[in-house]
Amino acid sequence: MIENIFDEMNAADGSIRRPYEVFETYLRSFPPEQLQKKRDEADQLFRRMGITFLVYFEGGSAERLIPFDILPRILSGREWRRLEEGCVQRVKALNMFLHDIYHDREVCKAGVMPEELILANSAYRPEAHGIDLPFGVYAHIAGIDVVRVSEDEFYVLEDNLRTPSGVSYMLENREVMMRLFPEAFARQAIAPVDNYCDKLLRTLRSVAPQGRDDPTVVLLTPGRYNSAYFEHVFLAEQMGIELVEGQDLFVEGGKVYMRTTLGPQRVDVIYRRIDDDFLDPLAFRPDSVLGVPGILSVVREGGVSLANAIGGGVADDKATYTYVPELIRFYLGEEPILANVPTYRLRDEPDLKYALEHLDELVVKEVHGSGGYGMLIGPTSTKEEIAAYRERILADPALFIAQPTLALSTCPTLVEEGIAPRHVDLRPFVLSGEETVLIPGAFTRVALREGSLVVNSSQGGGTKDTWVLQE
Amino acid sequence: MLSRSAEDLYWMARYMERAENTARVLDVSNRTAVLPSEEGSQSLHWRPALEIGPDPAAFYEHYDEPDAASIIGYMALDRENPSSIWSCIRAARENARAERARISTEMWESLNDTWLEIQVLDPEALERWGYRKFFDWIKERSHLFRGVTLGTMLQDDGFQFARLGGFLERADNTARILDVKYHMLLPSTAEVGGAVDYYQWSALLRSVSAFAAYRKVYRDTITPARVAELLILNEDLPRSLHACHNMVCVTLDELIGGRRLEGRRLAGEIHASLKYGRIDEIVTKGLHEFLEEFIFANNRLGHQVQQDFMMSEVVVVD
Repeated sequence: MIENIFDEMNAADGSIRRPYEVFETYLRSFPPEQLQKKRDEADQLFRRMGITFLVYFEGGSAERLIPFDILPRILSGREWRRLEEGCVQRVKALNMFLHDIYHDREVCKAGVMPEELILANSAYRPEAHGIDLPFGVYAHIAGIDVVRVSEDEFYVLEDNLRTPSGVSYMLENREVMMRLFPEAFARQAIAPVDNYCDKLLRTLRSVAPQGRDDPTVVLLTPGRYNSAYFEHVFLAEQMGIELVEGQDLFVEGGKVYMRTTLGPQRVDVIYRRIDDDFLDPLAFRPDSVLGVPGILSVVREGGVSLANAIGGGVADDKATYTYVPELIRFYLGEEPILANVPTYRLRDEPDLKYALEHLDELVVKEVHGSGGYGMLIGPTSTKEEIAAYRERILADPALFIAQPTLALSTCPTLVEEGIAPRHVDLRPFVLSGEETVLIPGAFTRVALREGSLVVNSSQGGGTKDTWVLQE
Repeated sequence: MLSRSAEDLYWMARYMERAENTARVLDVSNRTAVLPSEEGSQSLHWRPALEIGPDPAAFYEHYDEPDAASIIGYMALDRENPSSIWSCIRAARENARAERARISTEMWESLNDTWLEIQVLDPEALERWGYRKFFDWIKERSHLFRGVTLGTMLQDDGFQFARLGGFLERADNTARILDVKYHMLLPSTAEVGGAVDYYQWSALLRSVSAFAAYRKVYRDTITPARVAELLILNEDLPRSLHACHNMVCVTLDELIGGRRLEGRRLAGEIHASLKYGRIDEIVTKGLHEFLEEFIFANNRLGHQVQQDFMMSEVVVVD
């Protein structure tokens, strides 16, 4: 259906692309049944470690393993450096943008972005206005979704600035790969990723309220029935911090405390993995039992730091997304290193007209959607599906954006029939505190169904280990 | 540490211990039931296995007659029965899952393996395994988990809470086993006479791994009073009430850090009765009454521990 798909391993002329040369030779030394055996072994390891996520379906939920593919995604040092610089640049600009919109809104005064786009955004939190955060950082942990379409073309598909997940897979996938293929790691220098949690803890400690020299950091989880609970446990364990639920925390005298067996203990930094809406039933959703009543006022007075900060969702919205290249120019005076996917804003009449005429070629997404739900993938949809989606768009065009169907790169993947190309994307994690850093690794997601472009784990996607070569 | 974590670890250990003890009770019933007995009734041997649980009446809502297949089905694998071995393992694993950041990887893997295996067991598969093999397997998994805990877990407060839960549960279970079996066996005579009697008493001892210990301690024939003495007062027998409460006091002392807590006072009271108690007085006053009182006090201590450590009051001392 899409011509000229770029493959990460096999170049168009039949040669092996350079980053894969060593691994490909190694791979050829395995008979097919040996590979299947390795895959079963990997499954067992994941099951044993209990690395599961919850899937929801009508009438319940179940613990599942995310399918893991034993063939790695490999990036050269050069490719990585560009991604790294591009992601750091992007997250810096987004943090400056967030600081700006919750303070003086220079970006609107300068006419770069219309103010109503911010005010109308459902993720905008007037309660966050005027708070001065350490280092002006709002998104301490950001996941930037990147796709590739050719040797030199990388596009940012989406910024995840709220509570991005997946980093535990980056770490556990590596752990499993090193157990399965120790020789592969001996044959070439692959950048290690296991200092991620150390960097994360350092980032979190660096944003503690002033005067808290030995801050107490906790991870706030919605609880064991959350789909990413395993990751919360994993990160808390790796950092040696308490994994708390809303009921474990309370507010008293402008400070946040946790209930411990020795009485209340003050908390300084909360790495929260629950959404803004659920954080404080007094300020946001009153029916939330996951949050901590009164925490917003403590945040406003600087008595506790939240990572990520309240209100950051404005910057990862798909409506804001289209402005990011301009934001980079505005705040940093630099040209964007990583491009956006060309995007049609259907709130604009000409874009809407074009999109409606080309629905069968486009991917249409809801501005506020996430997780791969509620999108239209034109080329693989039936006439009826397209017609139905057209009605939805016409009802309120401003709720949608459209993008050309990208020929996402493929990566060799072990499937039932043997090794076959499958589409992949990439989510590196950017940490921002005193400094902005990236670990040389990422969460690679792979669409396991042949031809599928949907990589979300809730939609049948799998994961791969991501190798960055040290050169 | 977090109060909720303390509670999770405490219950994780309690449920694992309970699963083991249920297996022990079923094992001893299964052994004694195969013997010829005067009444010739299966239910006589199996009823105690039910009565040791918190809600024996619930069984009769699902089954008519307490016999081997129905009782083992109910107590071992019934998913609806909250105190079945299956449910206990599940609850232990759920608590461990909530505290994966606190327990060691090996502990989690051990418990998760147990769960993955029992999760898919059904009565037919159980019969293919053989009951004995299943009970032994549960005991082994419990021993393994305890050993892994001892050998790999950071010995901080969380460890002490897990230990505390385990010992309180074990004391409760030993008291219940003794209470139920003693009642059933005693009416015959004060002396253990015939071969069947002997087998019954030795099975009771075996159910708490105390048969060889009895021989070593008394070097004499089995009498009911000595069995009671061994299981209640002997502090060297790991499953005796006294031994359990020695450990309860030790772990509590580690946890209270110089505070004066009601739980510690209660524990001291129970401990004193076991340390200075005499078996002839206990038997004269009524063993059943003594055990009933013990189970009540042990329970109360459990509640008090939760009060003391797990319901942090909103009093701020910065």
